[in-house]
Amino acid sequence: MRKFIDKIKPSFEKGGKFGFLHSTFDAFESFLYVPNTVTLKGSHVRDSVDLKRIMITVVVALVPCALFGIWNVGYQHNIAFDLGWGFWQMVWYGFLRVLPLYVVAYVVGLAIEFISAQIRGHEVNEGFLVSGMLIPLIVPVDVPLWMLAIAVAFAVIIGKEVFGGTGMNIWNPALLCRAFLFFSYPSKMSGDTIWTGGVTRYLTDGTAFQSGNGLADAFSGATPLVHAGAGGVQGLADAGTSFMDLFIGTIPGAVGETSVIAILIGAVILIWTGVASWKIMLSSVIGALAIGGLCNAIGGTPAMEMPAYYHLVLGGFAFGTVFMATDPVTSAQTETGKWIYGFLVGALTVTVRLFNPGYVEGMMLAILLMNTFAPLIDHYVIEASLGRRAKKVKVA
Amino acid sequence: MSNNIDLKRGLDIPISGTAVQKTRKVIKPDVVAVKPTDFRGLMPRLLVREGDKVMAGSPVLADKKSPEILFASPVSGTVAEIVRGEKRKLLEVRIKADETQEYVDFGARKVSGLSADEIKDALLKSGLWPAFIQRPYGIIANPEIRPKAIFVSAFSTAPLAACAEYVFKDEMENIQTAVNAIAKLTDGGVHVSLNSENYSGTPFHKLENVTFHVFSGKHPAGNVGVQIHHISPILKGETVWTVSPLMLAAIGKLFNTGKYDLSRLVAVSGPEANDPCYVQGIAGMPMESIADFCKDGKSSVRFISGDVLTGKNVGEQGFLGFHDNQVTLIEEGNHYEMLGWAKPFRTSLFSFSHTYFSWLTPGKKYDMDTNLHGGPRAFVMSDVYGKVLPMDIYPVYLIKACLAGDIDKMEKFGIYEVLEEDLALCEYVCPSKIEIQSILSDGIDLMMKEMA
Repeated sequence: MRKFIDKIKPSFEKGGKFGFLHSTFDAFESFLYVPNTVTLKGSHVRDSVDLKRIMITVVVALVPCALFGIWNVGYQHNIAFDLGWGFWQMVWYGFLRVLPLYVVAYVVGLAIEFISAQIRGHEVNEGFLVSGMLIPLIVPVDVPLWMLAIAVAFAVIIGKEVFGGTGMNIWNPALLCRAFLFFSYPSKMSGDTIWTGGVTRYLTDGTAFQSGNGLADAFSGATPLVHAGAGGVQGLADAGTSFMDLFIGTIPGAVGETSVIAILIGAVILIWTGVASWKIMLSSVIGALAIGGLCNAIGGTPAMEMPAYYHLVLGGFAFGTVFMATDPVTSAQTETGKWIYGFLVGALTVTVRLFNPGYVEGMMLAILLMNTFAPLIDHYVIEASLGRRAKKVKVA
Repeated sequence: MSNNIDLKRGLDIPISGTAVQKTRKVIKPDVVAVKPTDFRGLMPRLLVREGDKVMAGSPVLADKKSPEILFASPVSGTVAEIVRGEKRKLLEVRIKADETQEYVDFGARKVSGLSADEIKDALLKSGLWPAFIQRPYGIIANPEIRPKAIFVSAFSTAPLAACAEYVFKDEMENIQTAVNAIAKLTDGGVHVSLNSENYSGTPFHKLENVTFHVFSGKHPAGNVGVQIHHISPILKGETVWTVSPLMLAAIGKLFNTGKYDLSRLVAVSGPEANDPCYVQGIAGMPMESIADFCKDGKSSVRFISGDVLTGKNVGEQGFLGFHDNQVTLIEEGNHYEMLGWAKPFRTSLFSFSHTYFSWLTPGKKYDMDTNLHGGPRAFVMSDVYGKVLPMDIYPVYLIKACLAGDIDKMEKFGIYEVLEEDLALCEYVCPSKIEIQSILSDGIDLMMKEMA
């Protein structure tokens, strides 16, 4: 294998037959082999960690969510059509539905990454490994693939490449992809039927994955977030959703965001490896509880009276807090800034949920908004720190 | 030890090959080199030609900007070769050593009777002035000014560094002489930092005429820059000098014996060193004289004058640096590793991050090599750098300011307080493989150019 690569390598170098494909070749080579580059300047030894390792760690942390999501897609389909399926049938159905999402996300995203790296003559950055893993988990399973493709292209080009690639972007590309979907195709992307696999097709074609069964009588398809928004705890109970259902994740919703248990497994991996900031996660939870608690005290609508901790298990809050808000590039970079940033993410999410009747999922917008303000937070944190230091020196 | 300054952040790199405390041999170098590249920003003027006879202590180079600063030959012999690089940049003056060593006699003198100017004069004439490093920027001290204070770190936390207690066990008298001498060059006093681990055990504890500070923590707690940051941060317009115990010993010897004597115990260390231990050597000694330390059968070994974080790759034909008392031998890691980044364990490699499992084996030492372990990328992880930098600065912002060449921002983010060595660990842990030391170095050069 190594010999083969060494043999074809010269033709991909500058002046070689395929010299214009240099970045592409390099990406594949460095994917297969840790390169033989040695340190030239500065420190002679380097840590064995690199960005590939960090990205793969995030991907591993996302695996529980993905696996649960695959099962849950089948499970929800099973309920919706009253099929009486066994475990493996549900997994198989979920697999068939989620796999195309992954294929589209990775093929479109990586193609753009490769092309732009090629144009710039850079090495291909591994950032999209994570974005591509995230995107299918935060979209509704019934999203049309062509829409997903356009959204991914938008997110990668406008969200990342125009700024110079991974490390330079302002907004989290995966979230930008979801935002694009929601605002560009509101008719397709909202409503209650999009969240359960197969329902959209049933409603248009009259056939689902398994023909013969119509929609179950009790099917509503609405996510618990909608119930909670309309009726608080009572609304959830009327829909037959308990706190434990929300926690385990056996509810309709975007593919990977429903199970708090799977997300917590990922959170433990991320925090333990130090890849994501526990400060952001914790302060986001505090922020959500604070605003939720405040609204409890004020009361008024059933949603405002819902206990604040319900917000933590509803909708995309947990997933967003653990995997999206903590993106090291788009979050605040100073340690104090992370506390502020996380708190505001949590607080804004609950605020949007409770006070915006038209749009129940606040997580996406809260994070994107805070992404925008993260550099500003950092700026003031640093100014304050420098000011403090100057004062200290003056006193001394 | 009431005012122990405990530094929580840092990292001791677990590299194998610590030198054991014995001296294997005395090196009588055949050829030694005086290297102007050991000093930042030095524009050297040659004072000798090939074939000239020199004695130990005879001036070989002078500083073009302040010609009173001289650089002397560590041995007596004949100037054998003047090595130049690109654009005729002077790299080395190689001197072939004589069988018997003759020293220029500068005259042994009692320090207590000398004035500051006489001390300055003696150091300048003898070629020991370059022992002082001036901060900001880490340049040779300017003899015209009186620094705010002079700082000495009496311990080194750098990977595999020479043990101060061992290499200076016979030099304490000289170091005391030197301290008495340089104390006259400043009004702020001489500040010596000790390691809390052997605070009372180290002979430095007995020094007089100094102010002690005690530090504990992992590398870079032993870096004098980090210590200054905690003792008395350098503000704009201030200058401080630093000097190493190694150079204090040489300064002491000058006043006690009248000789320019740069002989020193050198730690030969590193994973590729066979039976790592000390040798009695001298500044500018050739790497060839310790080539017998190399393990058999290894073809590509990197000879580093200094430690693995900040040392210079001098090569097998190279020479020991002026300020160094350590040589590290490590393997060139120019090999491929199939899917290395995806392997779950990779137990032979160390990582500061928990993405590998080396945290399960805290006592283990690793045979590190020079492989970069990845490709260069943009800054992504913003919080790893602070974990190894016990200073109140924002390294990522500072480095970005250096990249942008923004003088105001560099100043704001503390460029006066740091040298490359202080940020070396940030470079080590960087998952984006950014050349932080080199970027900082360019930033400092720019500052010197713009602020001059």
